[in-house]
Amino acid sequence: MTRDGAEAVACTGLAHAFGETRAVDGLDLTVRESEVFGLLGPNGAGKTTAIRCMTTLLPVPAGMVRVFGHDAARDRMAVRRLLGYVPQQLSADAGLTGRENVALFARVFDVPRRERAERVGQALAAVGLADAADRLAGTYSGGMVRRLELAQALVSAPRLLILDEPTIGLDPIARTGVWEHINAVRAATGMTVLVTTHYMDEADQYCDRVGLMHHGRIRALGTPAELREGLGARRRAAGAPDTDPLPTLEDVFRDIAGSGLDEQSGDFRDVRSTRRTARRVG
Amino acid sequence: MSEAPAAQHAASADGDRPEGIGLLLRPPAPRAGWRLLPTRVVAMCAVELQKLRHDRTELYTRAVQPALWLLIFGQTFTRLRAIPSDGVPYIDYLAPGIIAQSAMFVAIFYGIQIIWERDAGILNKLLVTPTPRAALITGKAFAAGVKSLVQAVVVIVIAAVLGVALTWNPLKLLGVAAVVVLGSAFFSCLSITIAGIVLSRDRLMGFGQAITMPLFFGSNALYPLSVMPGWLQVVSKANPLSYQVDALRGLLLGTPAHLALDFAVLLVAAALGITAASSLLGRLAR
Repeated sequence: MTRDGAEAVACTGLAHAFGETRAVDGLDLTVRESEVFGLLGPNGAGKTTAIRCMTTLLPVPAGMVRVFGHDAARDRMAVRRLLGYVPQQLSADAGLTGRENVALFARVFDVPRRERAERVGQALAAVGLADAADRLAGTYSGGMVRRLELAQALVSAPRLLILDEPTIGLDPIARTGVWEHINAVRAATGMTVLVTTHYMDEADQYCDRVGLMHHGRIRALGTPAELREGLGARRRAAGAPDTDPLPTLEDVFRDIAGSGLDEQSGDFRDVRSTRRTARRVG
Repeated sequence: MSEAPAAQHAASADGDRPEGIGLLLRPPAPRAGWRLLPTRVVAMCAVELQKLRHDRTELYTRAVQPALWLLIFGQTFTRLRAIPSDGVPYIDYLAPGIIAQSAMFVAIFYGIQIIWERDAGILNKLLVTPTPRAALITGKAFAAGVKSLVQAVVVIVIAAVLGVALTWNPLKLLGVAAVVVLGSAFFSCLSITIAGIVLSRDRLMGFGQAITMPLFFGSNALYPLSVMPGWLQVVSKANPLSYQVDALRGLLLGTPAHLALDFAVLLVAAALGITAASSLLGRLAR
């Protein structure tokens, strides 16, 4: 599963509050080098806040977050050089071509001029956008924009690729396309991938391990198979017949998060952002 | 764990990688220290120029208002001879003021672009790159300067067409470019600073509308300091736009100006603006 079991991300007692709301509340999490790790959870579970702490967007006290051994509080520039980040929103600039969008990130990651054009071309080719590279990003479909964002993240050869809801709002074919490119690039580069998603089928199919977050903490951690089998065993121990179908990862999700409405689930801005993204890709 | 990735990892460990991604396996060597700032400034300026190349609509629509100021206000007040104008025709006196105004109008709403970039996730993505916030803001400020400079060129051409006697001395025009960029850097940082305080596009629009005209009328863009009431003279002396206009007049028309003071004020204002905007950028990222 991993090359040497080294830690790509290590969070120790990570906590972050917005006013009186404790978005992340004592998160302990380790992402191993070269794995695809899925961070799952209902709206408002604290996934995006945790990722913002890991990406240095939110300030954290020293020692709480380490990325490949670098402290996210003290050594932010070193952490950022190791990251490729794709936020939840469709963040490509519609007024630039695909090539210009990627070139911007090549520049701000200090790619020297002599290799910039070639590196940008390789990043675009790696996500299947070589032919559309000189079209304005505003003319791309939702799936193409997501792949363009992937190219923007890949151009600096990151060791850790962080994707926040990368397939939200995409149709099933575009979702598969995005994941195929993520997997192909991961396989070729050996990079670590940390992804948040609401789609349990994606987590089951593509993630090596998943962590289920609820109320700011990890409530379940393991491979999708381990989590499914664990719930099945608990149900059998509680008297469920052996003939019951094996639980799915969605059943595990419901078991952890509950199936009722949670009044604290996601603030207005989160929901607006999610809907806006879904509308733009739709 | 899915089977496919495990198999692909085995392949990658054997070095069996797809063709044509060699560069994506090697991180670029990091730049540090003083070399970091120019690369970020160039990157942000390149984006503005690329956008203008793809869509020049804004350039043309923004040219309408300065053209009207020069055509209507300038020509009418030239005939009236009501405003002292340092011995040059009033339309000549007015032209540098309108160049400064149109550059300021571009820059003063730059904070809206930052809020749009925040909402679109672009700002967060840039903040996760190895770019210190001050370097990012400096890059944005100079990008606003480049955008304003392109606008200023359009207004200079309009002024020339209307018969304004402008200098074509390349060194002086270079000075004009520097003045426009510095002034726009300050006003764009003022806008980003307000964006960092009010956090929403609607509120920033309101603030932008509220301060734009007072900054314009509270400067020497339309009339000299000597005809202003005392309180307005104080406002005008504290207004960086006045120093921008003074420098532009001196460079473009050859009228008496305080170029050293003008450049010093604009430099200090831009530096203060970058400092303030950088310190508030974190609020936009949350």
